[in-house]
Amino acid sequence: MREWAEYTIEEAGGRATVIITGPLVVSSIGKLDPELRGITDSIQAIDISEAGPIDTVGAWIVFRFSQRTGADIVGASEQAEVLLDAVESAESDAEVSPYRRQTLGRVTEHVGTKVIEFMGGVRSSVAFLGAILIAMASLAIHPRRFRVKALVRQMELVGVSSLPIIGLMSFLIGIVIAQQGAVQLQQFGAETLTVNLVGRITMRELGVLMTAIMVAGRSGSAFAAQIGTMKLTEEIDAMRTIGVSPMEALVIPRILAAVLMMPLLGFYASCIAIIGGAVIGDVMLGIPFWTFLARVQEVVPTYDFWVGMVKAPVFGLIVAMAGCYQGMQVSGNAEEVGLRTTAAVVQAIFMVIVLDAFFAVFFTEIGWA
Amino acid sequence: MSEEETDFPIRIRGLTNAFGDFVVHEDLDLDVRRGEILGVVGGSGTGKSVLMRSIIGLQPPVKGDIEVFGHNITQAEPDEVIGVRNRWGVLFQGGALFSTLSVGENVQVPLKQFYPELKQQLLDEISRYKVVLTGLPEDAAAKFPSELSGGMRKRAGLARALALDPELLFLDEPTAGLDPIGGAKFDQLTRELTDTLGLTVFLITHDLDTLYAICDRVAVLADKKVIAVGTIPELLEHDHPWIQEYFNGPRARAASATHERGKALDKHGSEKA
Repeated sequence: MREWAEYTIEEAGGRATVIITGPLVVSSIGKLDPELRGITDSIQAIDISEAGPIDTVGAWIVFRFSQRTGADIVGASEQAEVLLDAVESAESDAEVSPYRRQTLGRVTEHVGTKVIEFMGGVRSSVAFLGAILIAMASLAIHPRRFRVKALVRQMELVGVSSLPIIGLMSFLIGIVIAQQGAVQLQQFGAETLTVNLVGRITMRELGVLMTAIMVAGRSGSAFAAQIGTMKLTEEIDAMRTIGVSPMEALVIPRILAAVLMMPLLGFYASCIAIIGGAVIGDVMLGIPFWTFLARVQEVVPTYDFWVGMVKAPVFGLIVAMAGCYQGMQVSGNAEEVGLRTTAAVVQAIFMVIVLDAFFAVFFTEIGWA
Repeated sequence: MSEEETDFPIRIRGLTNAFGDFVVHEDLDLDVRRGEILGVVGGSGTGKSVLMRSIIGLQPPVKGDIEVFGHNITQAEPDEVIGVRNRWGVLFQGGALFSTLSVGENVQVPLKQFYPELKQQLLDEISRYKVVLTGLPEDAAAKFPSELSGGMRKRAGLARALALDPELLFLDEPTAGLDPIGGAKFDQLTRELTDTLGLTVFLITHDLDTLYAICDRVAVLADKKVIAVGTIPELLEHDHPWIQEYFNGPRARAASATHERGKALDKHGSEKA
């Protein structure tokens, strides 16, 4: 049970005195404070001789009351005097919270900043692409500066260690396409065309597209978070002062790793998806597993393979660039790392899907339908 | 309230802390007296910060008892710990301010947490005078931690640590990274607040000037234990090689000389007046 501070008003000889009883500490003045604020009568003195222990919050309330009403503080103990002096000298009327606009103003301001940020973002991402090209060119002139170990390490992280998850995902996608496709095609008695469906759609589209999304989630986010944290801890600045270009040491190996590994991962994903389709063919449609695979060779034209392989490195470039670019933009606090990592993944997936649509139209137009 | 509680806000008995096989503290004892500023010194890696984290319950010890205000922290029920938490304030090394809140709002966080009945108007007033009390300019209250310098961030952290008018204050290297003038001001502020508010201070430091200027007693951590506690003259008598090296090194002599000179000047000044 908490003890609350209380007050009574005593009038004697035309002088009104507020007498405070109970402890004057932060835990006990929750009720007293609004009550004291409510007093509008003329008060000549405030007596705290009967109050219990006092702390700065208690002293503040008494001080403010006496300042507002002009009452004299009487009966202050030695400790109370010290605290009253301390809070009096620390009095201030500055703003506590930063200035925040009303909702309408804030929304318009927000939209405006977003537009400006977007324009700035376009400009600086083009600048980033330029910086990458310059770094590439200087590496081509000084091949000794190229970091082979970093590249191999990133290839392992982006490629080898993502094989299990991409394999599982592709296998399941193959199963879903074959199963759903077979149900529809059966209505026309054309269930054997499931082979065409699975083989062509995974080679042309889904193998590479799903892999790109997975790499964006796995590696693009990691790039942004790693580089962003290094930026916060001044590691990037330390590199620059030593004469190591962060572009060459951090960005180029990651981008090259993604560009090199994406075609391999995409092809692997397509193959596993076809195997998943073949399993369903065997179980649901009575097409023997090996017959399904042999049939894929007959119905999938070679250019379907090339469609996937042309797209893959481009998607890899986009994913890695979004990750590294957002990582390099981090500044200020830890919250920014999280925001930039999210932005990296969202931008990468969005750009990949937009480009995929362009590629689809393009390849159909040049006759690789 | 027991007699022991009044005299020793912190009592540590047989504390053992370890990370895996690496033992930081072994069978460590320490008492902190009410109303004193206890300086805690020790070489890097002797576990000064780990000791502080154990006392405030962030680092569960392997063995031993830690009593804060007579409550055993290591075996306390969560409710009991809450009863202790509003009686201490902690200043972490980097300030550890909440980066999405302004300094003033940072000060209000513990107040709102423990005393939800306080009105916003009073909260604003409290956070204002606390900010000024710790020596920050008025307009710092509305600023975000990222807009402040390192020294100002420490003062803001101190303002938050003092928000609840605690009886016990933990300071982890408060003057590290401050310029000598800022460091001396911070020392003076700590001493003034201790005397004004009647605080007990547990102060981890590397700063010899701080030790000489404001600490009532100094505890020395070495060999996984507190090897000595006492005033600086008492410690100078101690024959442990680390203590001898620490207090008789060139930097210690310089700090001591400065301190003596400062005292002589004060005396001179007061005689004149």
